[in-house]
Amino acid sequence: MASDAQAVEQMAEEGGLVFHPMEQFEIKPLFGGTEIAWYTPTNATLWMGVAILAIIGLLILGTSKRSIIPSRLQSVAELAYGFIYKMVEDICGKEGVKYFPYVMTLFMFIVTANFLGLLPLAFTTTSHIAVTAVMAMLVFLSVTVLGFVLHGASFLGLFWISSAPLALRPILALIEVISYFVRPISHSIRLAGNMMAGHAVIKVFAAFAAIELLSPVPILAITAIYALEVLVAFIQAYVFTILTCVYLKDALHPNH
Amino acid sequence: MEGEIAITGAELMKMGAYIGAGLASAGMGGAAVGIGHVVGNYLSGALRNPSAAAGQTATMFIGIAFSEALGIFSFLVALLLMFAV
Repeated sequence: MASDAQAVEQMAEEGGLVFHPMEQFEIKPLFGGTEIAWYTPTNATLWMGVAILAIIGLLILGTSKRSIIPSRLQSVAELAYGFIYKMVEDICGKEGVKYFPYVMTLFMFIVTANFLGLLPLAFTTTSHIAVTAVMAMLVFLSVTVLGFVLHGASFLGLFWISSAPLALRPILALIEVISYFVRPISHSIRLAGNMMAGHAVIKVFAAFAAIELLSPVPILAITAIYALEVLVAFIQAYVFTILTCVYLKDALHPNH
Repeated sequence: MEGEIAITGAELMKMGAYIGAGLASAGMGGAAVGIGHVVGNYLSGALRNPSAAAGQTATMFIGIAFSEALGIFSFLVALLLMFAV
């Protein structure tokens, strides 16, 4: 990402805006300096840590009392658990419930990181392809390995659609193979792209708000877009999770 | 010579890349049409048979996600042209 940051800086100098809309995605070391090694704590590290602490706070503190009449925190934790549990069960069937913890972890991390990123001055970890690509690649690899472990070579039947006419099958197989390997790319870029685009749009409108004559309009627009972004933050986490479930279902039942 | 602007090959490439990135943004319109189609058909089906609607919400979101993926590929092409080429 280093060359990206340089390009962003260069563009900020050339452009007319006071700040560049992509500036917010720059990764900076927390304790000064400019060198970033693999161990350097950066703002990305900080906000990932905050996200994980928030999840721990919600799920462990929220459910530790186990009261019959749930507190607000417990209601949210139970709601999230039940929501994902039902999703896994509906899409993957009873066999998929075994993999529920993984799906739950993914959902909680993404949704918390998305919501935390909406706080002013916060850093959105999920807006970086480096973060989402790791999650998507792990889903892709684990699902592929799982498919081969459970079904052996017959997992390849996923690409050979037996309900189609014989003449069409090779062509369909080619399309299926391509779409299978495109999965991790679309899976990761969908989340990162949505987060990045939404936050950049807010910043662009924020730059217009600096023009005195116009300022009420962009401020109203920011409010509206912000509301939309809250919705998008949840929907993208939902979509990421539901696609994970769909891919998992393909591995569990490859023969449609 | 006076009045003549020399454009180097690298500048020409950059210009082409930016024009290409702008053109790639047109792909988002395709994604918009696709998502509108998915949601519109879901709604018209849901209004005809509201009792079956709840069960199909997840399917609608999967449809949206697949349609959106292609729009995002155009975004990816734009990004690649801006920063990687």
